[in-house]
Amino acid sequence: MLYFSKLRIALVTLVTLFFVVIASSNFQDTESSIISKKINLGLDLQGGSYLLLEIDNGPVEVQKLQNTTSVVRNFLKDKKVVFTDLRIDDKAIVFNISKQDIDKVKVFFLDKESKINPYYNQYKSHQFDLLIKENEFKLTLSKYGLIEIKTSSQDQAIEIVRRRVDEIGTNEPNILKRGNNRILVELPGLDDPMRIKSLLGKTANLTFRFVTQNNNDTFGAETLKFEDGDDEALVSKRIILSGENLLDAQPQMNNQTNETVVSFTLDRVGAKRFGKATRSGIGKQLAIVLDGKIVSAPVIRDAILTGSGQISGNFTFQSATDLALLLRSGALPAPLNIIEERTVGPDLGQDSINAGVFALLIGFLLVIFFMLFKYKVFGLIANITLIVNLFLLVGILTIFEATLTLPGIAGIILTVGMAVDANVLIFERIKEESKDEKNNIIAFDTGYIKSKTAILDANITTLIAAIILFFMGSGPVKGFSVTLTVGIFTTLFSVYFIARMLTSFYVVRNKEKVNLI
Amino acid sequence: MINFSKFYKLFNLISTALVVVSILLLFFKGLNFGVDFKGGTLIELRANDNKINIASLRDSFKNMNLGDVNIKKFGNDKDFLIKIEQRDTSSNAIEIIKKDLTNAIGNSFNFRRVENVGPKVSSELLKSGIIAIALSLAAMLFYIWVRFEWQFSLGAILALFHDVIITLGFFSLFNLEINLSIVAAILTIVGYSMNDTVVIYDRVRENLRKFSDIKIFELTNISINETLSRTIITSVTTLLALVSIYLFGGEILNGFSLAMIMGVVLGTYSSIYIANPILVKLRVSQKTILKEDTE
Repeated sequence: MLYFSKLRIALVTLVTLFFVVIASSNFQDTESSIISKKINLGLDLQGGSYLLLEIDNGPVEVQKLQNTTSVVRNFLKDKKVVFTDLRIDDKAIVFNISKQDIDKVKVFFLDKESKINPYYNQYKSHQFDLLIKENEFKLTLSKYGLIEIKTSSQDQAIEIVRRRVDEIGTNEPNILKRGNNRILVELPGLDDPMRIKSLLGKTANLTFRFVTQNNNDTFGAETLKFEDGDDEALVSKRIILSGENLLDAQPQMNNQTNETVVSFTLDRVGAKRFGKATRSGIGKQLAIVLDGKIVSAPVIRDAILTGSGQISGNFTFQSATDLALLLRSGALPAPLNIIEERTVGPDLGQDSINAGVFALLIGFLLVIFFMLFKYKVFGLIANITLIVNLFLLVGILTIFEATLTLPGIAGIILTVGMAVDANVLIFERIKEESKDEKNNIIAFDTGYIKSKTAILDANITTLIAAIILFFMGSGPVKGFSVTLTVGIFTTLFSVYFIARMLTSFYVVRNKEKVNLI
Repeated sequence: MINFSKFYKLFNLISTALVVVSILLLFFKGLNFGVDFKGGTLIELRANDNKINIASLRDSFKNMNLGDVNIKKFGNDKDFLIKIEQRDTSSNAIEIIKKDLTNAIGNSFNFRRVENVGPKVSSELLKSGIIAIALSLAAMLFYIWVRFEWQFSLGAILALFHDVIITLGFFSLFNLEINLSIVAAILTIVGYSMNDTVVIYDRVRENLRKFSDIKIFELTNISINETLSRTIITSVTTLLALVSIYLFGGEILNGFSLAMIMGVVLGTYSSIYIANPILVKLRVSQKTILKEDTE
């Protein structure tokens, strides 16, 4: 099978040229290159920050239980069911009813049309599991109820995270869901993630509440600390306004006091409520509470009917800007914790690229000289194959706009080392065959055929390892498995099409030569 | 022809000893897990002032009360690697360290790389690393079982275990750090070692079909010799590539390329001296293969 049709030769040449052009577009300016695709550089090469955030859903669950408790209370009252001891006990809502009501009340919770315990058709499960012990009812969040809470808080959180990251204006951030309670944020080019970390670390739950002296406030009261210092104040639990009513927030210089403040604009509902509260509360202190701490608690001097106002609180311009940003982008449904952070400075990234490319060059040259020394003309063929192989590899990575990482470069270098293996297997086999077979063409043919299974087996085993690494590995290591996998396919192509074509040309021309290889 | 099979016993003894020592090391000395698997903070610091050295850094970190802090040079005189096993993962921990350090030694340094891994993530990463290695071994076992007979599958897997265990033992002995890229290296070693074994096995099978009167002891020897030049050339080219990563690829790839170099050497050795003696022990003969062919 040393014959290659003209069509086949043309096709192989065309494919090779195609990938050479594509691969070379990585080294040109975007405007002048034929296609606009380029290999992406991983964060470890271009520098940047990788943050993995975990949503702390505990408070959301507690909130859910509290809300449901009051729903249950009203519902049972409405249905004229007598109940006692309704409480939240260790992540469960518990209450007692008299024996004769058990069956009646059971239906309220277990009916598919239940108003207080929604039924999820897709999961065939209620939001709450019901456990009845004698006359005690116990409601706990079901597995799917918890999943529902998690996914919805993840959906909300990723939206808020996106808004906050966008407001800061980093280039091409990558924000993705991970599992059902995590969010991955990749910020290329950002070498100091301090500001973004502090912004993402805040829930930004803003409320306006009156300071009270009376512990017996109808809505209850709690003692909160001031943000700066150890002062405390007793604040009513009644919420006059919350962050949801905010339309806009901006940092501003107050010309009279020469102080930096955050000015805000309220929506219609908010403006109305704010107006009413300030009119009736003249002389009182209005606490502005952010994430459980008092930012400031000014005394109301006039009714504010315009629907706009200012928050003061010893801000620097930076902190006022950040607070305004947080208020504009809205509150997170639950606190976020940074559970993994990896940051690489741009100069280290550049150093890594330089070192990687240099190592690639040296490794490549060493292999090329070794092959030339060992196999002469066939070494030259193996080397041409290797160069084509590299172009194919880079070309395919470009087409898929794959992400190249430092381990990824190592994968390319390793491919260079291992790619010659297939050619070596073939050449060695041909050498063996030509000991008994004096016809060069037949010796070459059998050499190719007999080495096939070994080459296939050898490459499939490497492929298995690379694929497992792709699915189990994370971050930069994934880049290694990508280049290794693509490298296996390009190696097989270049060995069976390019190298075989070149050897066939040479062998056919020198079929009479003794000791050809 | 080199008489490889003459040394089966000797090298099997050496290999067994190395594996036992490695297992003992793994048990009693353990592995030096990096922040990826143990959690904590890693900082690569570049000093732009030659007054900053390990001693001054150590002093400043001692005053910060961060618990166990490990500081070492990283490649050259101005780069340092600082590992902190702190449990505190509050979001501004790194900023506080930076501020404290500036107060202590001035501001002529910068953080080139910061990695902060929480305990939950690190245990997940360790788990998925172990699963990945186990899965790849299982997949290889299965593949060889499908392609060859079970005797071959057993031989190949034992050779893989040998390579992985001794590589890990080496890392334990020299207290080298195990991180995510080492897991990648081990998986690649698994692939490479398998690759090497398969090439020889392929030849053993071919020869088993060809010769019915040669004993497996001699037959493996013939097969090893026939594939020897390929074995050597491929490991040389792969090693050339790896040594160039080790020498020039930067400090970050050091552990990775070292593990790979170890693995290639071990893989080449084990495909000769582990994978083949097993076939002899299991009395593989032409019958083993013919049964497969008729099935």
